Amino acid sequence: MPWNLNSGSPIFVQIIEHLQIDIVSGKYKPGDKLPSVRDLAGEAGVNPNTMQKALSDLESTGLVHSERTSGRFITEDDNMIKNLRKSLVDVQIEKFFKSMEKLGFTGEEILELVKEYSQK
Amino acid sequence: MNNLLEIQGLSKTYGSVTALNDVSLSIEPGHIIGLLGPNGSGKTTLIKIICGLLQPNTGTVLVDGNLAGSANSKAAISYLPDKTYLDEDMKIESIISMFDYFYDDFDMDRAMEMLSSLNINPKATLKTLSKGNQEKVHLIVVMSRRAKLYILDEPIAGVDPAAREYILRTIISNYEPSASMIIATHLIADVEPVLDEAIFLQNGSIKLFKPIDEIRAENGQSVEGLFKEVYRC
Repeated sequence: MPWNLNSGSPIFVQIIEHLQIDIVSGKYKPGDKLPSVRDLAGEAGVNPNTMQKALSDLESTGLVHSERTSGRFITEDDNMIKNLRKSLVDVQIEKFFKSMEKLGFTGEEILELVKEYSQK
Repeated sequence: MNNLLEIQGLSKTYGSVTALNDVSLSIEPGHIIGLLGPNGSGKTTLIKIICGLLQPNTGTVLVDGNLAGSANSKAAISYLPDKTYLDEDMKIESIISMFDYFYDDFDMDRAMEMLSSLNINPKATLKTLSKGNQEKVHLIVVMSRRAKLYILDEPIAGVDPAAREYILRTIISNYEPSASMIIATHLIADVEPVLDEAIFLQNGSIKLFKPIDEIRAENGQSVEGLFKEVYRC
């Protein structure tokens, strides 16, 4: 099943987001080896050049690193993964608040609604 | 020259109708390019000239350094036409051996593997297959060559979504950095993730030739979204 890359933003950006979630959620653990570019491209259903670009981008942030002959690995720096999780959470919360505000709720009302929901 | 395809000042008219008007473009190895445009925009004419099946009025086309239509240029191109030319009284396995005999770069193992993945019986006669499966057979023999330039004219239009996904995956996994591919299609959303670049043709001219992600970044929408906007009827 190819990855769901349906939004209008650049495909390599969507690939990066997808891989970040895979790392944060523990699908790939710290120190794990990533599949090859070709295999990942096949799995995602994307052009290998685009996958390559996304991986180079992740490399420049330090989240993955490549060993010259043996492939690409996830960072073993737990702090970096924790920080990534935190920033992904921020993105989700911001999105949620924005759409709730569109529906006309204030910050306090939203908090109350979230509380109610979590107790259901 | 390193370009796999080099087109300069190409024009083609059919009587008083202009099909292509001063088209120039070059394609490097290792790229998958979508040739997009509404009906009658010149996609198939452009493809047929690259394959040496039509003569342009003006302009030159070089395929891997060879003039279009020359034996070397034809050997470099694996072409899936918009209409199948395979003899429907032939068995699939005979079609495969014909291609194997005809093309030095034919990969028999690859062909057999794709047939079995798509559940097509090699012993069957082509005409006993559904329209979609006949298209798959033609696509399989075209994709089983190890060519430099693959040109696919509407490769997935008649096949079901699951097979489409398989075919696109096959294109990705058989991709070689030394080869390039041109895919003409209306099913933009399906092919968009596998493309490097898109060419928009309009009334025989190139309106746009850009990397997919650049198009998305500039317009904040998918290539299909932009297509609908540009060609709004």
